Amino acid sequence: MEAAHRSPGFRRWFNRRGWIKITIATPYVWLSLFFLLPFVIVIAMSFATRTPTAPPFSFGGDYPVMNTNHYARLIHDDLYVRAYLNSIGNATLATLMCLLIGYPMALGLTRVSRSWRNVLLMLVILPFWTSFLLRVYAWMGLMGTNSWFNKLLTGAYNWVMPADMALRYIPMMNTGFAVVLVTVYSYLPFMILPLYANLEKLDLSLNEAAMDLGSRPFQVFRDVTLPLSLPGIIAGSLLVFIPASGELIIPSLVGSSSRPMIGRVISDEFASARDWPMASAVAVALLLLLVGPLMAYTYFEGKSLEKKKAEGES
Amino acid sequence: MNRRPVFLITMLCFGFAFFYIPILSMMVYSFNGSRLATVWGGFSTKWYVSLLSNRQVLKAAILSIEIAVLSATFATILGTMAGIAMARFKRFRGRTLFSGLVTAPLVMPEVITGIASLMLFILMAEYIGWPATRGFTTVTLAHITFSMVFVTTIVHSRLVQADEAIEEAAMDLGSRPWQVMKDITLPVISPAIMSGWLLAFTISLDDVVITNFTTGPGTTTLPILIWSKVKLGVTPDINALATITVVIVGIGVFIAGWLLNRAEKAREHDIQLAYQANQ
Amino acid sequence: MPEPATTADAKIAQFPRAVAPAIKETPFIRIEGVTKRFGAFTAVSSVSLEIRKGEIFSLLGGSGCGKTTLLRMLAGFEDPTEGRIFIDGQDMTDLPPYERPVNMMFQSYALFPHMTVEKNVAYGLKHMDMTPSQRSDRVREMLALVQLSDFSHRKPHQISGGQRQRVALARALAKQPKLLLLDEPLAALDKKLREATQFELMDIQDKTGTTFIVVTHDQEEAMTLSSRLAVMDKGRIMQTGTATEVYEYPNSKLVAGFIGSINFFDATVRATQGDTAEVEVPELGGMVEARAIPGLTPGQPITLAIRPEKLTISRGKPATANAFPGKVRDLAYFGKDSLYRIQMPSGRVMSVNSVNARRVGENERVADWEDAVWLSFEPAAAILLKD
Repeated sequence: MEAAHRSPGFRRWFNRRGWIKITIATPYVWLSLFFLLPFVIVIAMSFATRTPTAPPFSFGGDYPVMNTNHYARLIHDDLYVRAYLNSIGNATLATLMCLLIGYPMALGLTRVSRSWRNVLLMLVILPFWTSFLLRVYAWMGLMGTNSWFNKLLTGAYNWVMPADMALRYIPMMNTGFAVVLVTVYSYLPFMILPLYANLEKLDLSLNEAAMDLGSRPFQVFRDVTLPLSLPGIIAGSLLVFIPASGELIIPSLVGSSSRPMIGRVISDEFASARDWPMASAVAVALLLLLVGPLMAYTYFEGKSLEKKKAEGES
Repeated sequence: MNRRPVFLITMLCFGFAFFYIPILSMMVYSFNGSRLATVWGGFSTKWYVSLLSNRQVLKAAILSIEIAVLSATFATILGTMAGIAMARFKRFRGRTLFSGLVTAPLVMPEVITGIASLMLFILMAEYIGWPATRGFTTVTLAHITFSMVFVTTIVHSRLVQADEAIEEAAMDLGSRPWQVMKDITLPVISPAIMSGWLLAFTISLDDVVITNFTTGPGTTTLPILIWSKVKLGVTPDINALATITVVIVGIGVFIAGWLLNRAEKAREHDIQLAYQANQ
Repeated sequence: MPEPATTADAKIAQFPRAVAPAIKETPFIRIEGVTKRFGAFTAVSSVSLEIRKGEIFSLLGGSGCGKTTLLRMLAGFEDPTEGRIFIDGQDMTDLPPYERPVNMMFQSYALFPHMTVEKNVAYGLKHMDMTPSQRSDRVREMLALVQLSDFSHRKPHQISGGQRQRVALARALAKQPKLLLLDEPLAALDKKLREATQFELMDIQDKTGTTFIVVTHDQEEAMTLSSRLAVMDKGRIMQTGTATEVYEYPNSKLVAGFIGSINFFDATVRATQGDTAEVEVPELGGMVEARAIPGLTPGQPITLAIRPEKLTISRGKPATANAFPGKVRDLAYFGKDSLYRIQMPSGRVMSVNSVNARRVGENERVADWEDAVWLSFEPAAAILLKD
């Protein structure tokens, strides 16, 4: 603001349109430089050729226009296809589980008394503020072969099953199951919070009206609550699915190394194999897979903000 | 109809058990005397002692906080500007691209953002010579970029719910755009800006993946340190560290909740006052 | 095309008492051919208006008629696509809101929630060349004007809706603007408060002598408040004039129907004689004598309009020209007046408003359900409309 008295022309510009232009341009330039440009680099890099130089890539050479070999490898090399299928499968399963656990919880939150609700909401948010890494780590402790939790489950299993099928422990660590479980655990608040925000706004008199017209509680849920909460379901599912599909930490810590996941593949190609072009091609392909969900998210976010705006104006 | 929703309450209990049993177990085991992290060997506080005397951990924690404060502050400035631009300036060139730029980082898989940023920084070092090495600067730049959009989201949703007419009123009364922002917009959205800063701070403090890609030798943040340790398996001192984190965050959230509750009560009191004024 | 403002007969040109002396004949605000388009949508379409100093001028119309857009162009929040705006001889068209001698009272009041009542009122003054003591004097004076001196340290959410409205008014008047714009100033108040505030607003305008432009969708509000008003529809000004002119001498079906209720009939001109015209109205079953308008030719189709309160109900046939038989189909008793629905032999039902001047029991009314009655009206009450 001190710059305002440099010259009358500048001052006039600053006082009128200038400030507005600065407000728009500063974050715009920043995001273009540090977010958009890196993605342009990723896309360009996926058509480059790996070389034993530093930085380890070059354009031209055997491939004068662009090198599409990496994309061909994506399809032909079994590793990548399996990694995509594992990642998308895990993310889908985790999203469904989050929905199955999170929906009744969110609905339950809207049905308890107001003072309880605030406490419970805080309890949903609390793990969200603690470290993601430490939450994954907590499960490593629980799933280990010697842990009380594993022993408890093993005891229950041996009690139910015939003696000849008894186990010394249940193998949980380093399995696909562990990845889904920990993903559900880590991303559950992302499902509950948008669902709660949506369900909380529903008019309870609609339920009463449906009941008054002869619906039983389950029918009320199916015919009224569920359709009206669809925006919350979509928002929550996308917030779980998109990051879960590219997840790196969870598969690295509790996953099995024989089940490749896309996040790890990108990271390994980049850091261990120093194959920038290949890592970029894998990343671009993941982005293409996520383009649909990403656009859906942007679209629904925009719509809900417009609704909020309309509500704010009325 | 006053039937208690038994199923929903059961699910809530189950859900909260799911949320908290791992954390509580971790907290209990932080007082484990045994060297084996999962076998109970009597009560002990030795892991706290060893943790607090570990200079590496303390250094990493301080570095993390430095980066988090710095990046949250810049992210708040840039994110607030972007939020205001999105909510208040309806027509400018490139608005569609801009709105994509402020939404995409919210959901972008971190691995992709990580390698993309790293390649940018390497190429920048190669071609323009800045930032020359990877470390504090590059990590902070990356953190600012991906946490600013969270601030934007919070500020934007606060602004679209606020009455735009108050800003027009200020302009109508003779304030120039920058004065309107200083006198009206910023004070009105200050709670949103504060929670934006807090969110950016925690996101930065918590980040592993993007930091892992953009950091260099000698710049080890606390999450990176933990990451390198837990990759090797469960260790008792991490349990102690986790317990300290949970307790600090718990106290923070509790205080925030208490303050919010108090503000709510004050508001109710004011509304009553207004009602009496009506009589 | 609607006719330009009717500069009325001397007979009916009577300004409301409160503003009459302040009005000078030279236009103070001049809007010249202003058009505003948002993309393909035309919100305001070549509007020209002249408003005199000290007037309360209302822009009246339904939602989406362009009245608010016109107001926002006067304030400087929207730039006209075409046309110019002059205030006190100065071209304002390209000035931003903060450089115009114009202030606005917002529909939502737009009080700054984080400032006290006093700070709200003082806000605009900080951009003026004043000493601190002049400033606080002005704030005190303004708060006294709107009777809020005791509330100066309250925040907006600590006062009632009516008080907020007065803070908004005081804040907008504090800079002593050449022109005050009021966007639906009374819409957020309940009915009782609205009536009291209307007169307060007129009183304040009288004291300060500021020119007011009021946007409203409420015709009663416009008629009570304003010295003159403009009826707007689809971005155009349909008619400008005093309340009386617009009510008694509407220039179009649209204006006649928008202000008050009215009965319309299809008619055909048969003859004109001086200032009376004879028109044939099939739905009334005969000829009607009406006050002529310029440019009538025999055989021309035309609309006849009669306001419900201009009709008289009687048991026997009255000895006047315009008298028609009918039957009471329905009646609603409102206390001070009653509304009758009278069916004519043609089947057409008319609304008739009758003032209950005498105190009578239920059995002594002028007419009751199913009674055969006569309707009559003076030729001057019959309005002829070309469109």
